[in-house]
Amino acid sequence: MIRRHVSATVNGDPVEFLSHPGATLLDALRDELSLTGSKEGCGSGDCGACSVIVDGRLICSCLMLAAEAEGRRIQTIEGMADGSALHPLQQKFLDHAALQCGFCTPGILMAAKALLEANPEPTETETRYWLAGNLCRCTGYDKIVRAVMDAAAEMRQVRV
Amino acid sequence: MSDVLERPADSPLKVVGTRPIRPDGVDKVTGAATFGADFSMPGMLVGKIKRSPHAHARIVSIETKRARAVAGVKAIVTAADFPDLASEEYEGGESASNLRDLSLNCMARGKALYDGHAVAAVAATTAAAADEALELIEVTYEVLPHVIDVEEAMSHDAPVLHAHLFTEGLETRPETPSNIAQKNELARGDLAAGFAAADVVMEGRYTTAAVHQGYIEPHACVAAFAPDGQCQVWSSSQGQFMVRTYCAKVLGLEASNIRVTPAEIGGGFGGKTTVYLEPLALALSRQSGAPVKMVMSREEVFRATGPTSGAVMEVTLGATADGRITAADVVLKYQAGAFPGSPVGAGSMTALACYDIENFHITGYDVVTNSPKVAAYRAPGAPISAFAVESAIDELALKLCMDPIALREKNAVRDGVKAAYGPTYRNIGYVETLEAIRDHPHYRAPIGPNQGRGVAVGFWFNIGGESTAAVHVNEDGSAVVVTGNPDIGGSRVSMAMMAAEVLGLPIEKVRPIVADTASIGFSMLTGGSRTTFATGMAVTQAARKIVADLKQRAAGIWSVAAEAVEWKDGAAHCLDPAKADAQPLSLAALAARSARTGGPITAEVSLTAQGAGPGFAAHICDVEVDPETGHVTILRYTAAQDVGRAIHPAYVEGQIQGGVAQGIGWALNEEYVFDRLGRMENAGFLDYRVPVASDLPMIEPIIVEVANPRHPFGAKGVGEAPIVPPLAAVANAVRRAIGVRMTDLPLSPPKIRAVIDAR
Amino acid sequence: MSQLDYVAPASAEEAARALAAGGTLAKVLAGGTDLLVQLRAGRLAPGTIVDVKRIPGVIGIREEDGGFVIGGATPGALIGEHEALTRAWPGVVEAATLIGSTQIQGRASLAGNLCNASPAADSVPALIAASATCVVVGPEGRRTVAADAIAVAPGLTSLGPGEFVFEIRLPPRPPRSADAYLRSIPRTEMDIAVVGAGVNLSLDAGGLVCEARVALGAVAPTVILSEAAAAALVGTRVDEAALANLDAAAREACSPISDKRGTALFRTKIAGVLARRTAIIAFARAGERA
Repeated sequence: MIRRHVSATVNGDPVEFLSHPGATLLDALRDELSLTGSKEGCGSGDCGACSVIVDGRLICSCLMLAAEAEGRRIQTIEGMADGSALHPLQQKFLDHAALQCGFCTPGILMAAKALLEANPEPTETETRYWLAGNLCRCTGYDKIVRAVMDAAAEMRQVRV
Repeated sequence: MSDVLERPADSPLKVVGTRPIRPDGVDKVTGAATFGADFSMPGMLVGKIKRSPHAHARIVSIETKRARAVAGVKAIVTAADFPDLASEEYEGGESASNLRDLSLNCMARGKALYDGHAVAAVAATTAAAADEALELIEVTYEVLPHVIDVEEAMSHDAPVLHAHLFTEGLETRPETPSNIAQKNELARGDLAAGFAAADVVMEGRYTTAAVHQGYIEPHACVAAFAPDGQCQVWSSSQGQFMVRTYCAKVLGLEASNIRVTPAEIGGGFGGKTTVYLEPLALALSRQSGAPVKMVMSREEVFRATGPTSGAVMEVTLGATADGRITAADVVLKYQAGAFPGSPVGAGSMTALACYDIENFHITGYDVVTNSPKVAAYRAPGAPISAFAVESAIDELALKLCMDPIALREKNAVRDGVKAAYGPTYRNIGYVETLEAIRDHPHYRAPIGPNQGRGVAVGFWFNIGGESTAAVHVNEDGSAVVVTGNPDIGGSRVSMAMMAAEVLGLPIEKVRPIVADTASIGFSMLTGGSRTTFATGMAVTQAARKIVADLKQRAAGIWSVAAEAVEWKDGAAHCLDPAKADAQPLSLAALAARSARTGGPITAEVSLTAQGAGPGFAAHICDVEVDPETGHVTILRYTAAQDVGRAIHPAYVEGQIQGGVAQGIGWALNEEYVFDRLGRMENAGFLDYRVPVASDLPMIEPIIVEVANPRHPFGAKGVGEAPIVPPLAAVANAVRRAIGVRMTDLPLSPPKIRAVIDAR
Repeated sequence: MSQLDYVAPASAEEAARALAAGGTLAKVLAGGTDLLVQLRAGRLAPGTIVDVKRIPGVIGIREEDGGFVIGGATPGALIGEHEALTRAWPGVVEAATLIGSTQIQGRASLAGNLCNASPAADSVPALIAASATCVVVGPEGRRTVAADAIAVAPGLTSLGPGEFVFEIRLPPRPPRSADAYLRSIPRTEMDIAVVGAGVNLSLDAGGLVCEARVALGAVAPTVILSEAAAAALVGTRVDEAALANLDAAAREACSPISDKRGTALFRTKIAGVLARRTAIIAFARAGERA
């Protein structure tokens, strides 16, 4: 069984790796690139813990073959902060205690980042429906939604 | 043993009660935190499990020859590779567990007792090789009839799971084995007289389905068995000491040869207070000579790790016309899964815990079924019996035309009342939680068409138990707090806060760590809402010892008596008027001189915490029901809970909100669905439906603080009580919305539509 | 998964050849939101995966001859962002964008949804109600197939060896036309439809329904296009009497199963409820158009 060579860009850096034919992007990120921030919660696209952004689109990395990553621009949680400067979403999650066990947190942050890029002023309902693909079992979502909307407000201030 | 922290009345708490950012937070929001599956060791093999496809079968033979021939396969284990344990009870989790049963659950011996039961395990160099080997392991089964429904399992002609299981708790020991492992009873007063004195008698039958804790992180571990017998385990679990003990027992090893490091844990809720993978991984590592990593798939988590019980319950209440409950008869039948040990005992003890009733009788049955062995799930057993009792109380309120909060206030337990489960209540805040919801604007908000408002209450004991904590002062005057309790909900920051408060340091200068089994003294696992209480007590006592040590050192430096030194605001102050010019010595200053004043500044405390304060909760839920589709929308939710003292209010709120969300899922959509062969049909998050963000509104927590004098800061446990009321709060709201009592959970749309059509 | 081969052809003809060569073990990969789940669950045997996303024209939306052409592998997110398509076909767009979560929407495609042939597929009732057609590419060339002729049974399509859906076309609309799609699910998101209803209708100058198509999903092995349900609407202003007839016709047309997602009885009742609610929305939308 031949492994396939893939070249892509992850968090702005060029990467190369070998992937088994059936391996997913999530497998490649975690096992080949040691980027273990994206998590496997279900392997079937139902929990969102593996969320990454590929060519500007929020997707579940467990539902993309590693081979499909060829030539693509991929953003993971590891690239969300700018060096040691946290992204406003990351900071707001800490400020609002919007995480408990933290397992769903990378996926939710990526999803929230994609939300605010698409819609800088989401309502509570829009936020909840956008994040419906990210399961959290610890928080009941309340503080997560508050943190996202607070980050959105702060980011709008900065832009203005 | 520990009193409320003595401090001058004019110095309020500086750290406890504030909302600092948790020290592990940055790692969690950047993806750097290492969870169970994120860890690797050089030369690591992949471990996988072969599972029974039958709900009940005799294992006739297992042939592994062809599997062993697959390139890359380094080890295969079956029950033959584990000692055949005698039955032994072990108190390690929230309740006792039987080590033989635990061992058999990890690896079937002789019989597969549920679809998904592990029958063999493989370690190989790649996942593909492991999968191939699993396919080639030949297991011959003799399929047996199975039983899953709890009442069917109790009947005389049910297929019997265990030939050696005879019902305990009966007056005469039965002669034939049964699936009823145990019958327990709690009684007080004269039930017949109580019902005779009642003006109104309400009867109801209530049923719930098995539900899973639903943590997003599947079980994962890495285990390494070195040639000299030294074992290392890296594991996502709620208790590294529990993992060590269970691995030692199941494998017949000395606990001192096993070092368990707790990974960050992606949710547990009680479901990770036991082991499934770790003993298998160690056995595979022993055989192969290499570390072995095992990670469950989501399907395996559902099929083969403990959900909590499904149950059938009967509640009969008698009351006078003015709302005084005179009698209660409760019968609880809980599924235990493949081995005895459902939480029916706790379900029985908590069922009437909020009510001051003279005459009651509670009967509980622990019943084995061909489904995965149940594991603890947040206040194990209590949400189930509360669903039945709180629904019955709500029916009573409707019958008596009484406000549901007023009915509960009339029968409320208070300080000095003997609890239904035995002890006399002291320093409880139950009535305060009722008042909190009664007086909240939510309770007065208008209700629209097809909407309803439900009220329900709940109780959980919270426990104490053994904990060890160590505090070290660094040479720069900062401190490290070391405990042995995995942080499943923000406890580590609370440990740091309590230490910071006692030491007088800002929170940023106190670093909490969770240590492995070789680096800290024994701690009972994280569960039972015990960590802030018991481990917090150990932390506080250790910090106090440090303060006493620092005062001693300062006294030596100033040449004054120890009593002439006061510790305040993180520094030693000299009270001796003869040394008026003695400047305060900060912790940093004393730390810098530690070598000359007695050596390193450290303290360790091990204790068995007594005096945990029980948790009471009172919730209000508003729903809207679409009468045509049966869909239930949660409009608004308010949850009051007595937590004693909120060490970190944001994480206390988080515990309340999270427990409420799980309870709502349990009420509306979550259930195990089995096909006619006893296999789980919905073993994934697509069809096992936990609440998503758009299903829920904001959840308003009301923190009630009636201090627990047995904890240095007054804390009671918080994590479990929040999940107890929501099942009935939602069901009671639906009752008010549609005018019909739903007694069978979950309240899925087809059921609601059917009930509406029939009304 | 170890015998899996992955190819990403650069043309539709090359893809057809690769599919034909791989036989029954060759599968089309568009968004992968069904394929990868099935591979992982072991419900599909390994073989050749033909990634069609690099074929020009297979992703994208354009207007042509008064209608719309949607590349078969276009993700739902792109469909939802297309203003003109949303204006002309709000029902098709809402059906397409209801599939799964935001993450699923980043990948899931109409062709994939259609060819997965699940009885509960969200986009299919709306596509059928819209009289959508599919341009199918195969080793023999291209042909056009009505959307309702693709799925023949759960998990089975009428496509021949080497064939795949390259494009989906929506026809030009008469004036005063609109469509709508609703589904019933236990939660608010993330569930497979227990029932889905797509209604497409046109009004005459007087405001009466002159044409209607009513399609029901998840109530039969394949989506049902009910002529009786449509007839209940034609010549009416979708008043209470028409809706009652529609409800009855929709229920009559169903032959659902009971499974872990819903009972047959429940599905039947809900089919009537959703047909009504969807028709009301489509009628209101059509009335707003000149």
